[in-house]
Amino acid sequence: MSDKTKASEEQIAYANVLNIGMWFGLALLIITFFVYISGVLPSYVPIDDLPKYWTMRVHDFNVALNAPTGWGWASLVGKGDYLNFIGIAILSGLTILCYLVILPILARKKDRAYVVIAIAEVLVLSLAASGLLKVGGH
Amino acid sequence: MPEVPRSTAPWWVWPLALFIVTFILGILAVLGGVGGGVLFVPIVGGFFPFNIDFVRGAGLLVALAGALAAGPGLLKRNLASIRLALPVALIASSAAIVGAMIGLALKPNVVNTLLGATILFIVAIMATAKKSDFPVVPQPDKLSQALGIMGIYREESIGKDVEWNVHKTPLGLALFVVIGIMAGMFGLGAGWANVPVLNLMMGAPLKISVATSKFLLSITDTSAAWVYLNQGAVLPMIVVPSLVGIMLGSMIGVKILAKAKPKAIKWMVIGLLLFAGLRSLLKGLGIWK
Repeated sequence: MSDKTKASEEQIAYANVLNIGMWFGLALLIITFFVYISGVLPSYVPIDDLPKYWTMRVHDFNVALNAPTGWGWASLVGKGDYLNFIGIAILSGLTILCYLVILPILARKKDRAYVVIAIAEVLVLSLAASGLLKVGGH
Repeated sequence: MPEVPRSTAPWWVWPLALFIVTFILGILAVLGGVGGGVLFVPIVGGFFPFNIDFVRGAGLLVALAGALAAGPGLLKRNLASIRLALPVALIASSAAIVGAMIGLALKPNVVNTLLGATILFIVAIMATAKKSDFPVVPQPDKLSQALGIMGIYREESIGKDVEWNVHKTPLGLALFVVIGIMAGMFGLGAGWANVPVLNLMMGAPLKISVATSKFLLSITDTSAAWVYLNQGAVLPMIVVPSLVGIMLGSMIGVKILAKAKPKAIKWMVIGLLLFAGLRSLLKGLGIWK
């Protein structure tokens, strides 16, 4: 492979963080799922009762079970079902971390347009992750 | 109120069935050249007892995990281009948030009807759209030049380095608003739409388009996934067996790919989508409950 066809520094940096984070999140998700179904930890929603609730709309599910929204799950990670949310949150949050890693590289290269784009993306994803956005109407 | 008749089967039957079905979908997705999410949502939404809210949340995470897994290799081989993906991702991920919020506010019958119509539209695209290995870009547009959206990659099939750039960037970005909204609204990965826009409209080579599309999903689906997660529309009992099933199926699919007849499988996947799309549409319209 010639130098011209090689991936850029920021592209390699992004790929490296993505690779480590993806495998870590995925492994954690699978481990916590086995903890969940093994019953080692109590579940917030008893597993046997789940089929009564998974047919409901999410709004009705939340009301019926007083289930948390936003980051409320973080206070319930001692429960087998919500323990799985750690792996899910890592997989969902990984992209933000990747952007934060490439930002200094883009800034060092004085690639102003992409610095602005990367900062804007971090803000957009952080807003989505914040739990501030509420969905109405049911 | 429950939207779907309750099952009398014990709880473990459904995750097990989900694992088996998604394993098969994973194989078919690779062989048919589609993302797992586009098969997952209509099929699981149509034939499993889960509410479509949870199916869409799981669909996004399934598509996200596939994109995250493929991303590092595609970026390192310089097939997925960060310079092409970042501006597009900003537009698509913002739109996906809006799509997710709209999707979660709509009634399930409306979602199913729109999903069915969308899947049938995807079937039409898959059946008719042409692809171009090396589209001609007579003159890169000013925006793509200003952003430096261009690159060089090694095309092993012809043993040459291929230089590429893009045109019609503003129009392409505008279309990603629509693509992002649909991805968020239905929980679909949007590779079926990303690739034609990047390849046929903007003029990126096919390999760059496919790889960048896959990488792009890891960003677009992230924003929508957070909305579903924050609304509580993510059930680990649905997500984890699906995610593992699709990923294992994809690994087997890659091994079968060398021996399979791609055209026959492509039409099988189109037939499957057609069936799932009709099921979703008729379910939404209350004709096939």
